[in-house]
Amino acid sequence: MKKKFFALMMAMVMALGLAACGGNDTSTTDDGGSDSTESTGTAFKIGVIGPMTGGAAIYGTCVANSAQIAVDEINALGGDIQFELLAPADDVNDAETSVNAYNNLMDQGMQILVGTVTTQPGLSVFPLTNDDRVFTITPSASGDDCIENNDTVFQICFTDSNQGSRSAQYINEHFPDAKIGIIYKNDEQYSIGIRNNFVAEAETRGMDIVYEGTFAEANQTDFNVQLTAAQSAGADLLFLPIYYTPASAILTQANAMGYAPTFFGVDGMDGILTADNFDASLAEGVYLLTPFSADAEDELTQNFVSKYQEAYGEIPNQFGADAYDAIYTLYQAIQAAGVTADMATEDICDALIEVMPTISVTGLTSAGSEMTWDENGAVSKDPTAVIIENGTYVTP
Amino acid sequence: MRSYLKNMKTITKVDYATYLGVILAFIVVTICQSQGLVNRSVSGMLVPICCYVCMSISLNLTVGILGELSLGHAGFMSVGAFSGIIASMSLQSSISSELGRMVIALVVGAVFAAIVGFIVGIPVLRLRGDYLAIVTLAFGEIIKDLINCLLVGWDENGLHIALNVDGTKSMSTLGLSENGIEIIKGAQGATGNDRIATFTMGFVLVMITLIVVLNLVRSRTGRAIMAIRDNRIAAESVGINVTKYKLIAFVTSAALAGSAGALFGLNYSNVTAIQFDFNTSILVLVYVVLGGLGNIWGSIIATVILYVLPEALRQFSDYRMLVYAIVLILVMLATNNPQVRALLGRVIPKRKGAALDE
Repeated sequence: MKKKFFALMMAMVMALGLAACGGNDTSTTDDGGSDSTESTGTAFKIGVIGPMTGGAAIYGTCVANSAQIAVDEINALGGDIQFELLAPADDVNDAETSVNAYNNLMDQGMQILVGTVTTQPGLSVFPLTNDDRVFTITPSASGDDCIENNDTVFQICFTDSNQGSRSAQYINEHFPDAKIGIIYKNDEQYSIGIRNNFVAEAETRGMDIVYEGTFAEANQTDFNVQLTAAQSAGADLLFLPIYYTPASAILTQANAMGYAPTFFGVDGMDGILTADNFDASLAEGVYLLTPFSADAEDELTQNFVSKYQEAYGEIPNQFGADAYDAIYTLYQAIQAAGVTADMATEDICDALIEVMPTISVTGLTSAGSEMTWDENGAVSKDPTAVIIENGTYVTP
Repeated sequence: MRSYLKNMKTITKVDYATYLGVILAFIVVTICQSQGLVNRSVSGMLVPICCYVCMSISLNLTVGILGELSLGHAGFMSVGAFSGIIASMSLQSSISSELGRMVIALVVGAVFAAIVGFIVGIPVLRLRGDYLAIVTLAFGEIIKDLINCLLVGWDENGLHIALNVDGTKSMSTLGLSENGIEIIKGAQGATGNDRIATFTMGFVLVMITLIVVLNLVRSRTGRAIMAIRDNRIAAESVGINVTKYKLIAFVTSAALAGSAGALFGLNYSNVTAIQFDFNTSILVLVYVVLGGLGNIWGSIIATVILYVLPEALRQFSDYRMLVYAIVLILVMLATNNPQVRALLGRVIPKRKGAALDE
């Protein structure tokens, strides 16, 4: 019996120890935010919602880190506009948890939401921000339905429909004779949305789609059936509108069976070089449509990447760049609208909605062009495709 | 009055205490809400908590009272959620009262889930052994895949339904008229739903679930069900129709899960089939097991605590699920510890102790 009590006590001590770790973790990030904000007294309270744990954590953490970098930069300028970044709220890429995370942030007095990071949770959260009149700028929730009927929501990334048709356009221009195979995930809106628009655009352009294969969340580890079918259908270009985890399995298994088509991904492919248990050399020669390349020469990118590496020891992905741009877009919009942090959340929201279609922002993800928004909340900017060479993104 | 209380059986007292506890909790929360003492995090969780309480009470009927393991309870929730949403959205123009639509949606959800539960139950409950666990596990996955390719829209000509099995159909194949509503869009699930669920409705649903389950368990039928659980052969020997009573329990459980699902669906503007996966079934099973098999008020308390816990642990940021797991283990150790139970027995008068052992 004593043993059992001892075990119980040990577990309790361990839990407390962990709690202390967690506590420290958040308090350091909080300090980073509040140190610089205390100088002016009032700061806009910004909340971030995204997957900080779970399968899509790589996106959420990168968004939170990058937003922190941008906020620190802006606060360091010492202007009238100061930001306070609330501790990022984890939604585990789940709609129900995301709503809880949103309510939690609202309790903390959030005035502006930067999120959600992924589409599915966004579809549940955005109608709430619309009702509450909380201005929302999403770095990477690309679903078309995210902005529809929600006038408070603006996107930094392309919508899914845009990505699909732009990919088809790029492939048609650069690989005119390609026999195209598509493997997509048929229980995820992101994947289906891009695939549908890709196929629609490909049909109008008369492109040759020889194979379409699907998979679902439950069987995203074995792709031998789809790859064999694609190979026997003669596909020499595989379009993969999916996230990097299944994509890494596809690359590995295609390599094992000696099938080497050209792989073409979209923004979900971003992150493949840092995927777990994946030999990054297999990603050589993969094309992906992404607005951000960490190896770009321009000063803005260099500054962001070096700061990120210094603080977090990793190379940021496109989601982080989107979040960085989101904060700067917010900064410009606030400047243009002339709102202050002591105004009511609804008034800030209405003023910002007013100015969003009028501003233009040059950022990390705009490939040198300017980002502008329509009234619906969709962004317009130049897309770029990159190819992976020697473990980095290179513009072909 | 006092003699009446004295003559009452312990079990009946526990039942009345359960009703009373739920009603008291509702009154306290409502008063706090009207005084502005409840923050958004808590008020946002009220409806899902009610849904999960109904889920765990109804699963307790299958697992604790009937003694059959069900691993697909979220499947019934899913059926209820989507049929409820279809009902509520397609009646939008004809019934303006939100309460009316909500009630209809809950009834529709319960009916559909009951029908599905009946179909699943008929072949399986004739068998002996763990077949129900296997079949319900498969059922949960099948429902998920079916709804993933289900397209439903509504216009003035009625409902339009298509099953997009080969990935060639889209919402446009439904041929909706201009003012039609797209209700379920395959894998994207149901988006743009009216959020009409209320806490009061959640409370009513919990009460209905409690009344149904407790009265069923304390009735002649309930005694037959428990007899089958304790000794099937003995039950058969006294002339109990095993399949019939098993079906009664299982279908009731499915129907209650269906209405809980419908309420859940009406609380979110976007619901997808993947949300009701195997993990959700297991989550509800964890609520039931930690609350105590066959112990209804235990299920309620375990559900409330375990649903709120991950949110209450938000300050631990990345470690929150780790802490959650440790808490689960501690609860299990503590509730099974004879000394703790003895302590509980001493603190709480005898009748509560009897309920613990039930």
